[in-house]
Amino acid sequence: MSTVLQEKKRPEFRNIHVTQIVGYRLPAPGMVSILHRISGALMFLLLALVIWLLQLSLASELSFMRLKELASHWWVKLVFVALAWALLHHLVAGIRYLLLDLHLGVEKRAANRSALAVFAVSLPITLLVALRIFGVF
Amino acid sequence: MSIGSKRLVVGAHYGLRDWLGQRVSAVILGVYAIALGLYVLLAGDLGYERWARLFAASWMKVATLLTLAALFYHAWIGMRDLWMDYIKPVGVRLALQVLTVLYLLACAVWSVQVLWSV
Repeated sequence: MSTVLQEKKRPEFRNIHVTQIVGYRLPAPGMVSILHRISGALMFLLLALVIWLLQLSLASELSFMRLKELASHWWVKLVFVALAWALLHHLVAGIRYLLLDLHLGVEKRAANRSALAVFAVSLPITLLVALRIFGVF
Repeated sequence: MSIGSKRLVVGAHYGLRDWLGQRVSAVILGVYAIALGLYVLLAGDLGYERWARLFAASWMKVATLLTLAALFYHAWIGMRDLWMDYIKPVGVRLALQVLTVLYLLACAVWSVQVLWSV
């Protein structure tokens, strides 16, 4: 009898451990949030690289050519794509957070839709940048 | 204002200042990124000549430096938040925060040199 009355036990998460991440269905706003952190941390770590690239691009015509040659390697292109994604996600998600700070779209439905909108904007642009970097067009 | 003996030395200093500063710097960074992105997009084939000429202008140097200042402040607050959320031992957290500040200051000094080299 008790088995009939007993509600089906749903998984319960409090402090999520790393090993539980795969089984935890993070809602879209949560995905945007954690990727905002990951993209920010990635850009922080690669900041010195970016300044060095800026230096190469500005210092002289010779260093500019060196940068172009460097950028011809596929793994360098991959780093550029990663940086482009990080910047685009961080920028678009950041605009969403500024709007949330202004109390725009804080309701559950609106927040979920704007989170999906972040991906709908940042991912296609990243794809375009990636295709451009790899010389498709 | 009472300050207890157990005050967190690596905390957010209980203030609105950094929260607001992160958002103000975010707006500066966003405006600069979108403007430069559009320029690169619309400029077509950018050779060294045009790229260097853009950064040779004083207004561009100043605008870029101000943006970089916003970037270093923004990155500091963001990374500090990450260390505060994920690194619990105070000693390790403080060490990482110090390294973060040193790294960002080094990048700041270097970027000034880069900007004024053209």
